[in-house]
Amino acid sequence: MSHRLSLGQAFIFLLRRDLLLALRNRAEYAMPLLFFVLVITMFPLALGALPELLARIAPGIIWVAALLAAMLSLDSIFRSDFDDGSLEQILLSAHPVAILVLAKVSAHWLVTGLPLLIVAPLLAEMLGMTAAAQPTLLLTILIGTPILSLIGAIGVALTVGLRKGGIILSLLVLPLYVPVLIFASSAIDNAAMGFDVSAQIYMLLAFLLLSVSLSPWATAAALRMSAG
Amino acid sequence: MAEFFQMGGYAAFVWPSYALCALVLWLNWYLPRKQHEKELRLLRRRRKAEKR
Amino acid sequence: MFLWFHKLGSPPHFYRIAGKWIPWLSGIFLALLVAGLYGGLILAPTDYQQGESYRIIFVHVPAAWMSLFVYVVMAFCGVVIIVWRMKLAEVVLISSAPIGASFTFLALVTGSLWGKPMWGTYWVWDARLTSELILLFLYLGVIGLHNAIEDKRVAARAVAILALVGVVNIPIIHYSVEWWHSLHQGASLSKFDKPSMPPSMYVPILLMALAFQFYYALALFHKCRAELLRRERNSKWVEEL
Repeated sequence: MSHRLSLGQAFIFLLRRDLLLALRNRAEYAMPLLFFVLVITMFPLALGALPELLARIAPGIIWVAALLAAMLSLDSIFRSDFDDGSLEQILLSAHPVAILVLAKVSAHWLVTGLPLLIVAPLLAEMLGMTAAAQPTLLLTILIGTPILSLIGAIGVALTVGLRKGGIILSLLVLPLYVPVLIFASSAIDNAAMGFDVSAQIYMLLAFLLLSVSLSPWATAAALRMSAG
Repeated sequence: MAEFFQMGGYAAFVWPSYALCALVLWLNWYLPRKQHEKELRLLRRRRKAEKR
Repeated sequence: MFLWFHKLGSPPHFYRIAGKWIPWLSGIFLALLVAGLYGGLILAPTDYQQGESYRIIFVHVPAAWMSLFVYVVMAFCGVVIIVWRMKLAEVVLISSAPIGASFTFLALVTGSLWGKPMWGTYWVWDARLTSELILLFLYLGVIGLHNAIEDKRVAARAVAILALVGVVNIPIIHYSVEWWHSLHQGASLSKFDKPSMPPSMYVPILLMALAFQFYYALALFHKCRAELLRRERNSKWVEEL
């Protein structure tokens, strides 16, 4: 083939391909989102819907549900490629696998993390969370969900070939998610009480930068081990 | 006339409700028709291919 | 009579008949819609307690009624699917699901928009609102399950069971305002008692409800025709179209 793609072109190609596949399998991607909504709905039903209680624990509930939903959606990053052999092709490519991985993870975030920006504020309102905390909620989701996709990708790469991959994946990934959970919910709590949230936001940004720069390489290494 | 649109000050609640209903009802009419036309096009193409 | 029903159950026959009925259903729907909207938005007087915001009732109540009705239709199809494995029932069930989900969504959102100015909140976790929300989840579950199963005839059996299991939610929604303390108001329009609102208000509601019924029929027929073509792609009657 005399026609060679540059790295940038390869990135865009893989990103578009994954987005197109997601568009065709809309229902499959809607399910983690529905799970997110369902889990949050469980809490008022279980706790007796006292408004003050719900408003206070709303940030925590929303973020825990976001973590669980993110975990459920992780399987889709590499599963179909592993099953049909495309994953091996990606690993054999002349381009650095880490960049290609970044393309796939970006597509995953666009499809699973971004919709939360629309749904989470609605649910926060239903839980009676203080309106003043809404902007911080959106900000933490915007910064936090890419981190979930990036770190999650490492876990998926490690377990993609395994039979009981799902459960092991959760055990691997949830502990890594904990810092995001702590700082995100702390930020929203503070915002609800009117305090300054810059410290938590800066920490989240730091995590994001760290994950973007390091996790693609870790994921690539894990993929080589699992599927190479 | 202006009174009608103001809806006694509740315009921001009443009109979006009606507009959303209109949108959703239109979508449930439009999308199946598009799907139907897609199917018909697919069938016509198949028929042409078989005739060759 | 039975012969007519039996004939209607055949996909090619239904496809043709539905195609013929759609224009009539659309015409009646539009007529009822205009009548209902005119009665509700222009003729009906201002409510002395709620001002003009009560006019949301003319879409909220019909949408809520339809959300329950469509689910009952789906449950009925479920029985037909399990007992007789009728193909048309499968198509009607899955075609009704998005329409029913839409009505449920509209009922929830218009109710929420009505609730904010009137009762001060967009949402409250009382029995009626929560059970209507669960209804939305049930509809989405039916759509999701059907989507997830490759073989659509197997998928139909699965959603038939799901629809039947979920139908228990319908009486819960309906009687929730009686069984539990609720922010949502009690039934003002019941089958047998005199309504607790003047005719100028309840007539447009009934007109809109009837309009929505005809809308359901025409939207359902459109969706069923599209679904039938997709499922029966390789059958003889489709090739002869």
